Amino acid sequence: MPRLVSHPDEVKIVTRRFGQGAAAIDKYIQLGGYEAVQKCLAQGPEWIINEMKASNLRGRGGAGFPTGLKWSFVPKQSAKPKYVLVNGDESEPGTCKDHLIFLHDPHAIIEGTMIAGLAIGAKLGFIYLRGEYRYLLEIMEKAVADAYAKGYLGKNIFGSDTEFQIITQTGAGAYEVGEESALMESLEGKRGVPRIKPPFPAVVGLYGGPTVINNVETIASVPHVISMGAAAYAAVGSERNGGTRLFGLSGHVERPGVYELPMGYNLKKMIYEVGGGVRGGRGLKAVVPGGSSTPVLLPEEIENLGMDFDQVGKAGSMLGSGGVVVIDDQTCIVEFALRTISFYQHESCGWCIPCREGTDWLKKSLTRFHAGFGTAKDIDNIQYLAENMMGRTFCPLGDAAAMPTLGFVKKFRKEFEDHLNGKPCAFARIEKPGLVEVH
Amino acid sequence: MSLETMTIFSPQLAARFDALVEKYPVRRSALVPMLLYAQDEIGYLSDTVIAEVAERIGITTLDVRNVATYYSMLRFKPAGRFNVQVCTNISCMLRGGYDVLEKFQEELGIGHKGITPDGIFSLEEVECIGACCWAPAIQVNYAFHDDLTPDQVPGIISNYRGSIGAEGKV
Repeated sequence: MPRLVSHPDEVKIVTRRFGQGAAAIDKYIQLGGYEAVQKCLAQGPEWIINEMKASNLRGRGGAGFPTGLKWSFVPKQSAKPKYVLVNGDESEPGTCKDHLIFLHDPHAIIEGTMIAGLAIGAKLGFIYLRGEYRYLLEIMEKAVADAYAKGYLGKNIFGSDTEFQIITQTGAGAYEVGEESALMESLEGKRGVPRIKPPFPAVVGLYGGPTVINNVETIASVPHVISMGAAAYAAVGSERNGGTRLFGLSGHVERPGVYELPMGYNLKKMIYEVGGGVRGGRGLKAVVPGGSSTPVLLPEEIENLGMDFDQVGKAGSMLGSGGVVVIDDQTCIVEFALRTISFYQHESCGWCIPCREGTDWLKKSLTRFHAGFGTAKDIDNIQYLAENMMGRTFCPLGDAAAMPTLGFVKKFRKEFEDHLNGKPCAFARIEKPGLVEVH
Repeated sequence: MSLETMTIFSPQLAARFDALVEKYPVRRSALVPMLLYAQDEIGYLSDTVIAEVAERIGITTLDVRNVATYYSMLRFKPAGRFNVQVCTNISCMLRGGYDVLEKFQEELGIGHKGITPDGIFSLEEVECIGACCWAPAIQVNYAFHDDLTPDQVPGIISNYRGSIGAEGKV
């Protein structure tokens, strides 16, 4: 069972019911659950969307798109059925927050999905979990069955004449399926390759119908926005970044864990106070602020950095999925870059050539480089390859692979240069099998 | 063929599949879950599994293969009864994921995608399994084990080995 952590600076909104047995429907109700959706049922779609807009809730999957605005793009009239699709394909390295939401508060996901459905006029919602999360799928399935048994889901939700159904779905192992159009493809029983946009899912989505796709954390935040009131929720965060974020602190930190902190919380404080500092009292070399696809930040870049979408963006990186990976001064950045690109090479779906070939060449170059067979030209080549992947693919996976690579090469060029001319890497695990596969 | 008489799945799984294909707006949406559940029961996606899934959905076996080959959890040959999946992605790597992998390789005497001669264990180095804050982590089939150190590895192996009863049932 994943360990729960706590810190006085936390503002527990989404995690409020964690560890209290709220996966059981009666406990969830006792803790105030399913009140928000009933309020929404009474108030109607326009009110819900206005509340969501006023709350400044932004997409927790990584892109940070305003949730209320996204919902408002769905046409009121549609010949085809509309759908809500909850993205629980959580696969970005460094990210495990949705894992905890599924485990501790599955009914909040159901309630949020229902509210999204009411807002856009959908009668059917899907909750998609990555295939590895089988035990969480079982928890989710039980929660859905319990909600049906109470009459909360079905043809007449809460005794009204409004219908809402939920179907849970398992994936079978694919990072790319976390991309929204690939997610729809997978749910339609196909290979998870991305679709070209436009049209956007809000207009032409699942089965060709207008579809709202939200991350699990976003959806689980929705009932709290309604219960607290949009203004109160927005006040918790920073400017244009409402509420809290489930930050996943991992890597070389004393107290790793998922902490719920207000948007805009200082990153240095997060590492040193919330996380207890770098493990073993070592120095901080770098930090990946929002999952493995976000460019690395140096210690001097995090001094006054507030963790919200706008501030991290201004610092040249991204808030992404909120997965903060701490790297100590005994880590080889070339190895870290290689492990990062190996992941994207493995997960590239192969649909777009710049991503398929680019990740492969980057992996090969970095493998050779890290094994001590690099040349000075390689450093520029790695940068050139990554730059030429940017913005040239259907989906953001190409960028997700290129962005961190560029960050490593630009910010740690000296460390790359140190690997040249047979100079041994001070921190390397070159001798270790498994990692280095020279093709 | 009549699926009622010809099914290779257990009656429970066959009944589950009957319901599953009717659940979605489009029958084909049942494909990925069906493949995974079929693999859970049969052990891998054999030609017969693929043929029956294709029949149940109403698509060609080629179409099923086209989809199945995309997903990394789906396999076309048997794994061990306990498939040990060791994450070595960044968060796990920084906290000793490779040491855990090496210990499993040593103890089981097999490498990546290897399978022990008795068929009880197989080993895989996998990408992020969503347990980054409890790293290093592994999954044995679907069960998570986290906050690991290499010296816990022999105990994990013997626990799984010991969970097999006299009749070979888990």
